[in-house]
Amino acid sequence: MTDERELDLLINEVYEYYGYDFSGYSQASFGRRISRLMEVDGFKSFADFLSKVRSEPEYFKRMVEEITVNVTEMFRDPAFYRVLRTTILPELATKPFIRIWHAGCSTGEEVYSMAIMLEEANLMHKALLYATDINPQVLETAKKGIFPLRMMKEYSENYVHSGGKNDFSGYYTANYGFAKFNERFTEKMVFAQHNLVSDRSFNEFDLILCRNVLIYFDKQLQDHALSLFDESLANLGYLALGTKESIKFSSIQKKYQQHDRDKIWKKIK
Amino acid sequence: MEENQVKKLVLIGGSAGSLEVLMHVLPELSTGLAFPIVIVLHRKHSDDLTLEELIAMKTLVPVKEVEDKTVMTNGAIYIVPSDYHLLFEKDGTLALDASEKVNYSRPSIDVVFESAADAFGPSVIAILLSGSNADGAFGCSRIKENGGTIIIQDPKSAGMSYMPSSAIQMVEPDMVVDMDEIASVINRI
Repeated sequence: MTDERELDLLINEVYEYYGYDFSGYSQASFGRRISRLMEVDGFKSFADFLSKVRSEPEYFKRMVEEITVNVTEMFRDPAFYRVLRTTILPELATKPFIRIWHAGCSTGEEVYSMAIMLEEANLMHKALLYATDINPQVLETAKKGIFPLRMMKEYSENYVHSGGKNDFSGYYTANYGFAKFNERFTEKMVFAQHNLVSDRSFNEFDLILCRNVLIYFDKQLQDHALSLFDESLANLGYLALGTKESIKFSSIQKKYQQHDRDKIWKKIK
Repeated sequence: MEENQVKKLVLIGGSAGSLEVLMHVLPELSTGLAFPIVIVLHRKHSDDLTLEELIAMKTLVPVKEVEDKTVMTNGAIYIVPSDYHLLFEKDGTLALDASEKVNYSRPSIDVVFESAADAFGPSVIAILLSGSNADGAFGCSRIKENGGTIIIQDPKSAGMSYMPSSAIQMVEPDMVVDMDEIASVINRI
């Protein structure tokens, strides 16, 4: 186990050398990821690890990739997608143009899920999906729209539970153990590196999704990220978080109204 | 505030066969316990509400919903939500984590136990119940290393003996108990 002092030291050095600020990350989670990385890469001492991070930018890149969690699924929590499909998208349909931001999109499964729903709602022609992540590596995967074929059974079940009525396999072509999603979806997506800690708002959106990203932040950084989303949301736009996340007790809470008991909030002020 | 500060922490982990044990233990728990109880069970994604309701029905101890950054209070039960790992901050805040499964499980008992050992050291009392995989064994040894207490359900009395046996092979438990003894052990902590 990496102790608190060591973590502080690492955070300071990383900030000094590379400009990445991890001081607002949840200590329990950040500490666990660092300990695991050190174990996997066979470091005997924290000092060795620190010196490698400091002296080798390539290794620092690996560190960023490994400490950011990149577990994601298509139509994860189908009930959530069902609400988007039946309530939120029909409301956004009245707008001339729909901008959506997936903040912390990881390898993009959620972005392709959204694209499929937009197409099924006949909204694709006037929608644009912005997908950002701190980790440039995962964005490369997301851009390709290629996911392991073995996951498709589960994704297809999720899709059906979310209210999808089409043949899910019609959305991709299977080849050598991979499923490549149709390029007409990718054409509607813009991928960019964005750090919720240090980067600013870059557009105005009608819907922002940031699911299971804030859990890795401490309260203060969560509040910072929520304010960034608030600045980036159009009036009457929606913010969607993960099933165990909330804007409760945050500084933006009073400007938002929760949709039923779902993790979706509407900006009302 | 002061009296609500978490100084001691009881963990209960289990898998197949452990729900029956809990149904037996929960009704006998005293209210007003001087520590929180965190329960981590393997189960299918999406059974969250049913499990919480089931547990809440069986005990007078308040069962609190775990959301990200929930602050634990003494005398309450917390159930680790499905499809998340649970970690502890040193100030008694719960942090959720959606990273890779550990021992094919999310939540993983090892993750909960190891994190508790790191955050609360000797103040952790962990109880490992019936189950059919080895999740929890490493966590028990980490708790032991950090000075905590390990109580394991007697494999002979467990519906599935593999989980408690695996832990006993890895670490010497402070107590091996029958299902019937668990509640009184907790009440006496």
